[in-house]
Amino acid sequence: MNPILECRALTKKYGNTQALSDVNLTIERGRIIGLLGPNGSGKTTLIKLANGLLTPTGGEILIDGKHPGIETKKIVSYLPERTYLNNWMCVREVIDFFKDFYSNFNPEKTYEMLKRLAINPDDKLKTLSKGTKEKVQLILVMSREADIYLLDEPIGGVDPAARDYILNTIISNYNENAAVIISTHLIADIEAVLDDVVFLANGTIALAEPVDKIREEQGKSIDGLFREVFKC
Amino acid sequence: MVWQFKADRPIYTQLVEQIELRIVSGEYSPGSKLPSVRDLAAEASVNPNTMQKALAELEQNGLLYSQRTSGRYVTEDENMIRKVKDTIALEEIKDFLQKMSKLGFNSQETISLVERIIKEMIPQ
Repeated sequence: MNPILECRALTKKYGNTQALSDVNLTIERGRIIGLLGPNGSGKTTLIKLANGLLTPTGGEILIDGKHPGIETKKIVSYLPERTYLNNWMCVREVIDFFKDFYSNFNPEKTYEMLKRLAINPDDKLKTLSKGTKEKVQLILVMSREADIYLLDEPIGGVDPAARDYILNTIISNYNENAAVIISTHLIADIEAVLDDVVFLANGTIALAEPVDKIREEQGKSIDGLFREVFKC
Repeated sequence: MVWQFKADRPIYTQLVEQIELRIVSGEYSPGSKLPSVRDLAAEASVNPNTMQKALAELEQNGLLYSQRTSGRYVTEDENMIRKVKDTIALEEIKDFLQKMSKLGFNSQETISLVERIIKEMIPQ
């Protein structure tokens, strides 16, 4: 089986700015990966390349052995940094929208999770708080039976209690054949759910290791190591 | 019991210890069925693969056993549970004695202190 995501000498430039340079990375199925790095290190660029919103300047990125395109979009479930849902819609309409768009979308799952978070499907998005909107969006993304989930800052805007719920949603909803990539600054909050971490620094990979290996060898948490590696 | 993890050690070894504690304290009673890996992982807010690794280790040392189709169970061997309990107790006491000796108490002083405090805590 092909790795679910593979970067080969992947490079992306914006004009003269080098966002990613010569990145080689392989991600296997069944893993939860933390994509960590300071601001501007290339996390969002990498995620956008993986779902075809950007095209590489050099090298290539493969999803299940294929270049990003229509076929890969079927198996990639993407949570962008910013919300793209229409404010005038109610939650139920957005769910129908997703149902039309994605054949692997499971609306029962969505309704169940909404119920657990006491979110009314008939509420209009514009009446929801920022945090609730983020929850709705994550629930939609996690309700797809995808092969890879790309979550760009999924817990940035929500309170600590909701953060726990969201992480639990992620752990209990991905399947063993899927990979989850989570980009975030909030390392301490997510490190217990990660299998591996990838540290990006200035567009290159500074470190890619299993979490428990780092803790064992360095005797410190990922959060602690991050603060040391990226000390300002 | 709440799941808590320290920063300086692998999470799976901490999971092993905490599940051991739950078994020796009777929270997971001998012969009882354990929740699924997925549920346990969600409860502890850890990665399912990490939980799986911890359970596999506990299975290897015999505290848990799995039945192919129906799941994972706590051992019925109460002797074995007792042994694990003793080991944990010994480790705790060694730890305590080391701390006391760092504070400058010798064994005799420590014992009399312990006796005094036990008397204070459990009034006759």
